[in-house]
Amino acid sequence: MGVPAAREARPKGASRPGSPVIDFRDVSKRYPGGDIGLDQVTFSIERGDFVFLVGSTGSGKSTVMRLLIKELEPTAGSIRVAGHDLGQIKRNRIAYYRRNVGVVFQDFKLLPSRTVYDNVAYALQVTGGSRREIRDKVPDILRLTGLSTKLHNYPDQLSGGEQQRVSIARAFVNHPPLLLADEPTGNLDPETSVDIMRLLYRINRTGTTVLIASHDQAMVDKMRRRVLELARGRIVRDEATGLYTRDETTREFARRLRAPSTRPPGVS
Amino acid sequence: MRVGFFLREAIRSMRRSAAPSFAALATVLVTMLVLGVFIPIVQATNGAANSVRGRVMVDVYMKTSATAADDARVRGELLGVAHVKSVQFVSKAAAYAQQSAQNPQAYALLGSNPLPDTFHVIPDKPGNVLAVQSALTRPGATGGVIDPMVASVSNKQRDTKKILEVTNLVTITAAVLTVLLVLASILLIANTIRLSLYARRREVEVMKLVGATDWFIRWPFVIEGMIVGSVGALLAICVLGATKIALLDPLASNWTLIAAPRTIAFSVLVVVLLAAGALVSALGSGISLRRFLRV
Repeated sequence: MGVPAAREARPKGASRPGSPVIDFRDVSKRYPGGDIGLDQVTFSIERGDFVFLVGSTGSGKSTVMRLLIKELEPTAGSIRVAGHDLGQIKRNRIAYYRRNVGVVFQDFKLLPSRTVYDNVAYALQVTGGSRREIRDKVPDILRLTGLSTKLHNYPDQLSGGEQQRVSIARAFVNHPPLLLADEPTGNLDPETSVDIMRLLYRINRTGTTVLIASHDQAMVDKMRRRVLELARGRIVRDEATGLYTRDETTREFARRLRAPSTRPPGVS
Repeated sequence: MRVGFFLREAIRSMRRSAAPSFAALATVLVTMLVLGVFIPIVQATNGAANSVRGRVMVDVYMKTSATAADDARVRGELLGVAHVKSVQFVSKAAAYAQQSAQNPQAYALLGSNPLPDTFHVIPDKPGNVLAVQSALTRPGATGGVIDPMVASVSNKQRDTKKILEVTNLVTITAAVLTVLLVLASILLIANTIRLSLYARRREVEVMKLVGATDWFIRWPFVIEGMIVGSVGALLAICVLGATKIALLDPLASNWTLIAAPRTIAFSVLVVVLLAAGALVSALGSGISLRRFLRV
């Protein structure tokens, strides 16, 4: 592994100063049919963190994501997001909860019948945003994500990387305190992946907590951020690498990601 | 602003998914056409059945020796019987005039008037005719009939029963067919809408993930259903109207043989079809969407 050995196993269930943005306590999820999604998982993520969730297919990464947007209910344990117990949120309040969580998917999940602009605007219209607010915010966020020239294109006219940018813009336009990304680079080539990671890092620098599920081990190693590894529904690794640097500019960040030399020689 | 937004969303989605919208529209059009033809037919059938039932009555024949005083007394007694709505008196002379007009030669041969004074006893409901008949013929002190001066009471039990059964059957059949047709229309329209929604279930899923409330997603679909339903019904009404003007109205002026059955006024039919089309489609959209909202 190309990760320095500065391991710091987080004590289970330890309470930390300040309320964490995400707090999993002994969370288990059993799917109907007996498959285990998660098995007594406990971890917490602080405000402003940039955290990777890694693991092979079926290890429970997506289960964590789907639990966090309350698409699934845990079988046991409690999940708190920004101090709210997800188990206490009533069905008809889920929509309001989701507005505080930006979500990015591997398959982008854009609305195919809307332009880039309208896709992003929809996230504001949902919250009852006024036309003026939409006119102000949408071009801004699209400029940030580098899509200013593609406002009136439809998703099928864009490349995968561009579509993922739209999806990130949509997730971030409400400025949610938490951004979840489930395999955001799963469908993209390495170069585009770096751009997407850079964009996510830029969003993280504005104070948004970012949780990324990924199976791209090489990418994750190069990022040198906190990594939670899941295997068969259990947390098997939770570490922040020694080179964890929060005040890195996005340019430095991207340069480091592109450079293959950060990986120690002799390691796959 | 909200209503405008939902309206724009509905129109946008109709433009973007023209084929399913058209399928739904065509379904509404066809079902409304069938319904529009069927409603007057059912009404005409029911009207015919009811007019036959209306003619069901009991005849009471007086003795030929009955005087006017007897007639008046019997009339009073008849009116006192339960379930009797009205009593129609036909005097011997009137009966004779009526009959001899139909068959002048036979009556000329007779010379004298053999016909008795007659009362047509009309029950309040056609179904009660047998009760009235048995009340009039109940055996008792008066020797089988209601008054000593009554010669006989018509005994058309079998005919009456048959008429009642047949008209009942016609009415029930029409009602069942109506219910089935309405049910079929609703299912057909709901199914077509469900298909068009199925094509867009991914979209609904995304909307939910972005944090849209159920009704925020639902309203455009409901409005779309309403528009599609109204337009379909409107087209059906146009076709029905054209058919009525081109085919039925010229015929109706020649309908001296058949008594023109009283049917629904065309304007009422328009309102009924329009409301049914819009409502069924809107409800169908709103309800069918429920399945896809469970994300």
